[in-house]
Amino acid sequence: MKKLSARRRHPLAAVVVLLFALAVTGGLYAAFAPASTAKADDSAQSLAIEEGKKLYSTGCATCHGIGGQGTSDGPSLVGVGSAAVDFQVGTGRMPAQQPGAQVPRKKKIYSQAEIDQLAAYIASLGAGPSVPTKDQYSPNGADIAKGGELFRTNCAQCHNATGKGGALSNGKFAPSLEDVDPKHIYEAMQTGPQNMPSFPDTTMSEKNKKDIIAYLDAVDTKKSENPGGLELGGLGPVSEGLFAWIFGLGALVAVAIWVAARTAKAKKS
Amino acid sequence: MSTTEQRRKAPAGERVADWADGRLGIYSLAKANMRKIFPDHWSFMLGEVCLYSFLIIILTGVYLTLFFHPSMEEVVYHGSYVPLQGVRVSEAFNSTMHISFDVRGGLLIRQIHHWAALVFLAGMFVHMMRVFFTGAFRKPREINWLFGFLLFVLGVFTGFTGYSLPDDLLSGTGVRFTEGAILSVPVVGTYISMFLFGGEFPGADIVPRFYSIHILLLPGIMLGLVVAHLILVIYHKHTQFPGPGRTEKNVVGMPLLPVYMAKAGGFFFLVFGVIAAVAALATINPIWDFGPYRPDHVSTGAQPDWYMGFAEGLVRVMPGWEINVAGHTLVLGVFIPIVIFPLVLIAIGIYPFIESWVTGDKREHHLLDRPRNAPTRTAFGAAWIAEYFVLLIGGGNDLWATHFHLSINSITWFVRIAFFVVPVLVFIATKRVCLGLQRRDRDKVLHGRETGIIKRLPHGEFIEVHEPLSQDQLHTLTAHEQPRPLELEPEVDENGVARKAGAGQKLRVKLSRGFYGEGSQIPKPTAEEYQEITSGHGHH
Amino acid sequence: MSSQDIPEESLPSTQGAAHQGAVVSGEDPFADPGLPPHEHRIQDIDERAAKRSERVVAFLFTLSMLATVGFIVAYLAIPVDKNIYVFPIGHISALNFSLGLSLGVALFCIGAGAVHWARTLMSDVEVADERHPIEASPEVKAKVLADFADGARESALGRRKLIRNTMFGALAMFPLSGVFLLGGLGPKPGTKLRKTKWSAGKMLINQNTMQPLRPEDVQVGSLTFAMPEGMSEEDHDFQQEIAKAALMIVRLRPENIKDKRELDWSVDGIVAFSKICTHVGCPISLYEQQTHHVLCPCHQSTFDLSDGGRVIFGPAGHPLPQLQIKVNDKGYLEAMGDFPEPVGPAFWERG
Repeated sequence: MKKLSARRRHPLAAVVVLLFALAVTGGLYAAFAPASTAKADDSAQSLAIEEGKKLYSTGCATCHGIGGQGTSDGPSLVGVGSAAVDFQVGTGRMPAQQPGAQVPRKKKIYSQAEIDQLAAYIASLGAGPSVPTKDQYSPNGADIAKGGELFRTNCAQCHNATGKGGALSNGKFAPSLEDVDPKHIYEAMQTGPQNMPSFPDTTMSEKNKKDIIAYLDAVDTKKSENPGGLELGGLGPVSEGLFAWIFGLGALVAVAIWVAARTAKAKKS
Repeated sequence: MSTTEQRRKAPAGERVADWADGRLGIYSLAKANMRKIFPDHWSFMLGEVCLYSFLIIILTGVYLTLFFHPSMEEVVYHGSYVPLQGVRVSEAFNSTMHISFDVRGGLLIRQIHHWAALVFLAGMFVHMMRVFFTGAFRKPREINWLFGFLLFVLGVFTGFTGYSLPDDLLSGTGVRFTEGAILSVPVVGTYISMFLFGGEFPGADIVPRFYSIHILLLPGIMLGLVVAHLILVIYHKHTQFPGPGRTEKNVVGMPLLPVYMAKAGGFFFLVFGVIAAVAALATINPIWDFGPYRPDHVSTGAQPDWYMGFAEGLVRVMPGWEINVAGHTLVLGVFIPIVIFPLVLIAIGIYPFIESWVTGDKREHHLLDRPRNAPTRTAFGAAWIAEYFVLLIGGGNDLWATHFHLSINSITWFVRIAFFVVPVLVFIATKRVCLGLQRRDRDKVLHGRETGIIKRLPHGEFIEVHEPLSQDQLHTLTAHEQPRPLELEPEVDENGVARKAGAGQKLRVKLSRGFYGEGSQIPKPTAEEYQEITSGHGHH
Repeated sequence: MSSQDIPEESLPSTQGAAHQGAVVSGEDPFADPGLPPHEHRIQDIDERAAKRSERVVAFLFTLSMLATVGFIVAYLAIPVDKNIYVFPIGHISALNFSLGLSLGVALFCIGAGAVHWARTLMSDVEVADERHPIEASPEVKAKVLADFADGARESALGRRKLIRNTMFGALAMFPLSGVFLLGGLGPKPGTKLRKTKWSAGKMLINQNTMQPLRPEDVQVGSLTFAMPEGMSEEDHDFQQEIAKAALMIVRLRPENIKDKRELDWSVDGIVAFSKICTHVGCPISLYEQQTHHVLCPCHQSTFDLSDGGRVIFGPAGHPLPQLQIKVNDKGYLEAMGDFPEPVGPAFWERG
């Protein structure tokens, strides 16, 4: 006991406590982080630039099977169409780095030419939605307000009213749509990647999709206007509350300390 | 300028004062109050943060009523915000959009109003905690504590009704929750819901009804309470921290005229200025992003403003219990949280009365406690705050999940367990910290301050030089009193007649032991101990 | 600013180095030493420092005036819809930004000036004020009690019981009229919460295209929202009705449907569930197509759409109601009746 209290005053004591706190936090994080089924698959980083099949058999077949029929590690790709490939590989989600609750967006590792080759190969396995043309996904001439209504009906429940993303069950999440390429948004609606449901043309017309893209283009890009000032993440009352406590009340407490503090005294030196 | 000069040149001011005195007796009032003393401490200005933000809210709120239409009549939006043009919205939403985009300065006033509301509630929370931890609620200020507590509760509801007025997707979701919560009330739930909404949800009445509650009923009551609160503050005179020259019989500080007139008056402008700057820099409640309310639309991340966050947490983590008996449904999954919601608030609200019952202390207290010297109270307060924050985590579980890459289900489970465990742990930890600090004070008084200077004695021993405390410090550190726990009277009196103590009395004695018994306070140094040590073997 | 530059001789002698009113007894080492002596500020003894303070205060007040002028100019000059880019805030309203900042500066400077004035130029001598007990003295108390007794006796309230009782009765009864007036606030619940716009033969209208849905439109893994045929956004009761009738349509592979009734009520795996959460009524529609779970964004109740809408997590207490559907002779999906149970939050009479 005596020893402990003596060491408490050591200049490094604070550092030790901090490290301990960090370790505990890390441990807690590990305990609460969504379980991943381990088995890190440091996917092939093959740079072989050949046509799609070759690319596929080196980069994708381990999980999705030799002929795209799927394995226990990856779903069947027969009939997913070229749009799905363009989305998954084009946003860097595929090839997946490690299995987890959800495969996140990351830097893409295939060039657009390679992606097109892969897409062509997958499309040859079975008919499915194809990559949209620029005409289909360009926001030009679309109805932004209608897009907003459609977005609130179909999308905002997961992605938030201005596409900032949100939580799903067991560590899954709906990603932020900020500055996502309109083509990828179109493809995601078309194909329903991972746990996202699809919104095929039969229930959500091409025009509908174009409107939604136009709405996102207006409210969820770097150039979107936020007349009121700092957007605070677009997350609503939680971030507003934090801001009010830290910068509102925090500033006022600082001011109060100044107001109530005694003025410096002249001292005989 | 001397006073005689003033009198000769400008007697008008005095004449007006004379006129008023003849009718209102202002000289007598001023005699008692013009040079009233206020102690200087930053934490004594927290109440002013609340008062001033309340005034700002009233000022800006009046401006907003000039433009806001509290109606749920549906119209098509044709204002200048493009992404909503042509969308069907309610009049309430439409006029709020008009304020935000088409009235010059309207957006600023709206944002000041809302930011000030968040700061108001946060300020009341911190002010209340200051009063709590320093024991400023003790006699004679219990009633003022209650007034303040009521102001906080009413502030929460005023804030909630205001949040619901624009009829946007976020606030509409909150109102929908209110309806669901009301429906869960046994027996009369459906009736209350129909009466509140004037029929089925959402109906066309809830915005106008909330409007009159928000701008008239609740602020009216609050204004009255604020005035009463202030009158009592002036009547009781301010509390002060212990220190040299500060006793239970005086109050030491600066006079109202001129120092506090300038400081407190100036502080109003400082508060207003800070809030205006915040409103210029950061957006709040951007209803154009949420869109108009429709019962079949929703946006994820639907939360109430922070002060309702703990209630949201309760609702989110509650397991879905529902009991069906004899054709009736008991919706415990919703009803239990809405019962616990007021209980959480009441727990802190009635604590002062429990404390005064346990201690049986009937004296007036004007010297504040240092939190460490009231370990049980401090531990209770800390546990309460911990509970509040655990529930806030629950209320924001989705944002915790997305921003810290956690599973929302794990967070929910964490909060379910932490709801019971964390307050207990915090209570124990805080109490121990307080006792540690008391021990340190005791050491400081008896052995002086550690200077950090190491001295080597002639025979080779190293010692740290301790500097004796000044008289001021000695007094400050020993000024608190240490009550003794109550004792149960003997069960059998001297004549051998059994005398039963009531259960209430037994509980009281038990609690009193918990408050002040061994292990709940470190005996403060006595004069004898001090003299023995100081007169004896030097100081180290 | 340091105090070193003040010549020692210009410091007035502190009034009595000892504490004021101090009673330091030899007995008690912890005795109250009394108020510490007042120490002077630089401004109290150095007129130059005081002048500097005066200039700072005047500068702050002047700045406030300028900021108010700035506010007025901004109000008059900046168009209400002008947006500017301000790093790092983003694209914001020029008017809001300039009005807010100028107002903030104008107000803050008044406050800062006043406080600086108080802190540096007004007297900072601490003053002690006496407190007086709040309780009345025994004589006053006795007088009040006697007065009250006199008044009570003269009113004869205690003696004339008939008056007393009837008065209490009248006072207790009249608020009842107020309670009854509240009865007009709304209708009785009746069966309103049990019925929706769905009924046999009503087609499912896709809310995106406003066209009736056909089974082949709905693909496995897709999510569609529908409302009953014959409803329109322009209807005056649209909000009330959509709050109960909102419908969520997904298609599962029939072999994945675990609940027998759910399968029976589906069309080739197309199932229609209420979109209104059974917890407190949020539109629940965070559909995870691989797990068939649907999550509520408000309180995270999670339902399994492949198992009769069963609750698998969160605060909801009962499954999502399912709507029985079929294909009509024109090839469109239609309802076979209303929901079998009330949609949305549970309530006492739900049973």
